[in-house]
Amino acid sequence: MSGLESPLKQTPLHAQHRALGAKLVPFGRWEMPIQYRGILEEHRAVRSAAGLFDVSHMGEVEFQGSGALEALQRLTSNDAARLQVGQVQYSALTTPTGTFVDDLTVYRLAEDRYLVTLNAANIDKDLRWMREHAPGATIVDQSEATALVAIQGPRALAILQTLTPVDLAAIPYYWFGRGPVLGEEALLSRTGYTGEDGFEVYVSPQRAPDLWNALLKAGTPLGLLPCGLGARDTLRLEAKMALYGNDIDDEHTVLEADLGWIVKLQKGEFIGRDALARQKAAGVARKLVGFEMEGRGIARSHYPIVTGGVRIGEVTSGAPSPWLGKAIGLGYVAIAHAAVDTPIEILIRDQPVAARIVPTPFYKRSR
Amino acid sequence: MYPADLKYSKEHEWVKVEGTRGRIGLTHHAQNALGDVVFVELPKVGRAVKQMEAFGVVESVKAVSDVYSPVGGAVAEVNTALETTPELVNKDCYGAGWIVVVELANPKELDALMDVKAYEAFLASEGH
Repeated sequence: MSGLESPLKQTPLHAQHRALGAKLVPFGRWEMPIQYRGILEEHRAVRSAAGLFDVSHMGEVEFQGSGALEALQRLTSNDAARLQVGQVQYSALTTPTGTFVDDLTVYRLAEDRYLVTLNAANIDKDLRWMREHAPGATIVDQSEATALVAIQGPRALAILQTLTPVDLAAIPYYWFGRGPVLGEEALLSRTGYTGEDGFEVYVSPQRAPDLWNALLKAGTPLGLLPCGLGARDTLRLEAKMALYGNDIDDEHTVLEADLGWIVKLQKGEFIGRDALARQKAAGVARKLVGFEMEGRGIARSHYPIVTGGVRIGEVTSGAPSPWLGKAIGLGYVAIAHAAVDTPIEILIRDQPVAARIVPTPFYKRSR
Repeated sequence: MYPADLKYSKEHEWVKVEGTRGRIGLTHHAQNALGDVVFVELPKVGRAVKQMEAFGVVESVKAVSDVYSPVGGAVAEVNTALETTPELVNKDCYGAGWIVVVELANPKELDALMDVKAYEAFLASEGH
């Protein structure tokens, strides 16, 4: 980073993070909490009780008007036409070669109105891409006008329910409700990035501190902890939820990322459709797989994956799994080595360490 | 947080002189900056290390960090307890969380290290 970079951006909850003693680190253009009391403790709180996350750095963009659906259908690989009002969909913003500009969630707010949530680091790139490739659409960036707080874990619903008359139990997974939270209109989305039940709450930046403080107060007696991006990363990895810039990018296709379920070739034309159709017919040459370390060591992003001294791929994410008590990771490997149970090796500081391809997700909550 | 009977390196290791040997570990600042330590890679006993040569690796959930030897010499002991309980580096960084003991090759090298006052001033100058 050069000294000419603009100062780091802060979310509306920055003062709360400071008061809680968070360790704040640069994350893209943002200064974000990486942890409060410790990543392992925060991770376990989310699996056993609840965790509170500030993800206000994420981008929010609305598609409005009669051309909204057509634009989204052209830009994304999943079938936005299947969305009912109140429903959420995971999707990919695709390049002509079927790789990722970004991954995103699409909300159908009303008949002719959609909200898409984008990765913070990609907001400017995504906006340029979407405006260039859907020139007729009304695309409104709401990122600065939106704060986003995630409450995740088995007790998330009970804690959030104390602050809203909206019947949260009536909202299915990947649907959302709207209504007052602490008296102000909010969007309550039953989604998350942890593998747990929970909600992501969209509110105005002005009301975010009150919401944060109220959730902490209501949740602390039930075991809720504020959680940083460190725990968010280990939680999403155990749930095998892809991280843009690590596991998915503009060099790997949606099919190679093992996300074929968000590629709907039958829906009609979209950017990247031809490439993905050809790849689907021919079969992928490499694939994102999950692995567990068997030898001593922790795989990290960019470590080579080898077998018998031959390089067959590269780690995209790796960390100790607090749930499994062993080190896990994701990486792309040549398809001949991608089957579950295949022994592989990870080159850690030039030494091959034994690992094995395992079924994913690494963690699946009981419902 | 920083005992007076230790010498400190700019890479945030401490050394405690015990006769002809030096016991080495990470400072409070280092373990706190790393966060939860989950893995320690130790050198082999007998390995020769130069002053400020990396001899091991400490990993937290998020970070991988080299450990440098504040003094040169031969590794005489390694703390094998860290292989199963690496969290000792966080819980007791000056006690049970020690990493290695080195047979000092040249005790004069200790003069290049900081005493507690100098180390605390160094931390302050780095903005900690």
